[in-house]
Amino acid sequence: MTYTKGDLINLAILLIVGVVVIPMTISSGYWYTSILIPWLCLALATIGQQIIMGYTGQLALGAAGFMAAGAFACFNLILRVPGIPFVGALLISGLIAAAFGILFGLPSLRVRGIYLMVATLASQFFIIWMIDKFGWFKNYDSSGIITAQDIVIMGKPFTSPVEMYLVIVAVVTPMTLLAMNMARGSTGRNWMSVRDMDIAAESMGVSLLKTKLQAFAISSFYCGVAGALFAFTYLKSLEPVAFDIKLSFKVLFMVILGGLGTINGAFIGAAFILLFPVLLNYIGNNVFHGAIDATIISAIEQVVFGVLMIIFMIYEPLGMARLWETTKNKVVSLISKKR
Amino acid sequence: MSDRNFPIGGPVLEVKNISLSFGGVKAITDTSFNILEHEIRAIIGPNGAGKSSMLNCINGIYKPQIGSVIYKGEEVRKVTPNIMAQMGISRTFQNLALFKRMSVLDNILVGRKLHTKSNFLEVALQLPKAKREEKINRDRCEEIVEFLEIDDIKNTPVGKLPYGLQKKVELGRALATDANLILLDEPMAGMNVEEKREMCRFILKVNDEIGTTMVLIEHDMGVVMDISDRVVVLDYGKVIGDGTPDEVRANQKVIDAYLGVEH
Repeated sequence: MTYTKGDLINLAILLIVGVVVIPMTISSGYWYTSILIPWLCLALATIGQQIIMGYTGQLALGAAGFMAAGAFACFNLILRVPGIPFVGALLISGLIAAAFGILFGLPSLRVRGIYLMVATLASQFFIIWMIDKFGWFKNYDSSGIITAQDIVIMGKPFTSPVEMYLVIVAVVTPMTLLAMNMARGSTGRNWMSVRDMDIAAESMGVSLLKTKLQAFAISSFYCGVAGALFAFTYLKSLEPVAFDIKLSFKVLFMVILGGLGTINGAFIGAAFILLFPVLLNYIGNNVFHGAIDATIISAIEQVVFGVLMIIFMIYEPLGMARLWETTKNKVVSLISKKR
Repeated sequence: MSDRNFPIGGPVLEVKNISLSFGGVKAITDTSFNILEHEIRAIIGPNGAGKSSMLNCINGIYKPQIGSVIYKGEEVRKVTPNIMAQMGISRTFQNLALFKRMSVLDNILVGRKLHTKSNFLEVALQLPKAKREEKINRDRCEEIVEFLEIDDIKNTPVGKLPYGLQKKVELGRALATDANLILLDEPMAGMNVEEKREMCRFILKVNDEIGTTMVLIEHDMGVVMDISDRVVVLDYGKVIGDGTPDEVRANQKVIDAYLGVEH
C-alpha cells in the first residue's frame, strides 16, 4: 500500500507539531508528565491491543501483563547487561513480551470469543505473579517499589519531561508507521480475514495457526515496548501493582471507544480515556468550585465510561475514529459545495 | 463446445469410496466419481443428498471416515483446506463466507495469499520485495474486478452489498487464487434469472479463457444442463447417476429421485 500525497502531508504536519511546536510552546512539566507521556505510551499499547482484537478478532485481555513483562525485562536488561543501549534494551523487552504473547496466544487455536478472553486472563495474572514470586526480577528489592534507571542514549541522559517526551515520540512514530504498513498490507489482510471468516481464510491458504500466533506476538511486542516506556518515563518506578487488570481494561476501553480495527482510533481512544477525568476534575474545581466531592467525580467518570461503551458497541462499533472520519467528510463536502 | 481453447483432458481429481457420517447420520456412503481437467462438472441432487458435504470433503473442511481424494494421480495424505488451497483448489461457499468488514478489493486480494511471499517485517518496512509483490497482486485483482464488472464497488465493504454482488465477489476471490480447480457451492442460489445468466457467462468465460476446471453444485436444472459437461447425481449420499446431461436426464433412477416414485 503506497501513501498518497495527502498522507505524507498529514504525517509531516503531525511530526512538526509533535517534535517542534509542542516542545517549543509548552514549557510546563505537567503537560508532559501527566498528559502527553502517558497518552503516547498507552496509545502504543492500544495499537498492540488493536492488532490482536481489532484486526485479528481475538478477544484477548491481558495487555497490562505484557506491558509488565516489557517493563521488567527492560529494567533487568539495563541492570544486568552493562553498556546495553536503551533502544536495544527496549527492543529486546518487546521481543521477550512477544515470546509471552505467543505462549499465551496458544489457547486461541482452540477456543474463541469470551472463552478466549478468560484464557488470556491467565497471562495477566501469571506474569504479575511470576514477577512478585521470584525476587530476581525485582533485583531482591524488599520495598516492592523499584526506581527505574535513567534513560541514557549515546551517553546523554534524557531525564527532563521534554527530553523523555522526545524519546517516546522517537519510538512511537516509527512503530505507528510500521503498524499502519502491516495493517494496510498483506499482513493486515491475513489478520482481518481470520477475524471475519476463519474457514474461508483457511480455504484461501491463510494458516490460522501462523496468523493468530503472529498477531499475538506482534501485539505483545507493542505492549511490551509500551510497558517499558510507561514504566521508565511515566511511573519512573517498577511495581507489578501498576500493571494490574484495571490497566488491561483501560487499554481495552481505549480500543473500543477509539474504534475496532483502526490505528488512529488507538490514539483517539487513549486521549479520550486519559483526558476525560482531567476534564471532569477541571469542571468540578472551576465550575462548581469544589462543591462536588472528588469521589463523586470519579464515580461520574465510571458511569460515563460505562454508558459510552454501551452506546458505542451498539451504534458505532468503529468508534470515535469513524465519527471523526464521517464528520471530516461532511465538513469537506460542505466546503466544496459552497465553492 | 467442440472447439474449446482447453479441450477436456484426463482425470484431475478423483474421490474414491468416500463415506462420511455425523454420529449416526450417514451423509455420504461409498461415493466415487472423478473430475476431468478443464471440464465443468455439476453435482446435483435433492436437498440433503450430501452435495455440500461432498465439496467439504474434497476441500478438507470435513474429514470422511472412509475413502480417499486423489489429485493429479496421487492420493492426498492429509486433506485440509490449507493444503488443498496450496495444491491449487479454491472454492466458494453456499452461505457466503466473505470477509464482511473488508472492501471488495481486499476480499479478492486475500485470494492472492498463496502468491504473497513477503513476511510481516518486509511488509512493515515496505521493502522493495513487498512493494513489488503488492503491486503485482493488486494489478491481478484489478483485472478480476474488471472482468467481473464490479469496478464501481471495489472499495465498498462487502457486508453492505446485495446478495448477488456478494456471490460475484466470492467468485472473484476464488479466481484470484489462480487455482486449477474451483469448487462452486451453489453459485447461483437466490439469484434472479438475469443474475443467473450473468453468472453462467462468467463461469463459462473463465473455463474457456483460463481453462479452470469447475465443479458446481446447482439446483436450477436448466442452468446445469446448459453449462455443464458432465453431471453427477447424488441422492441420500449415494451416486445414482453420472454422465453427460442427456444421459442423466434419461436415467430412470434420477427421474425417480426428483419426481418421486409410486409405492
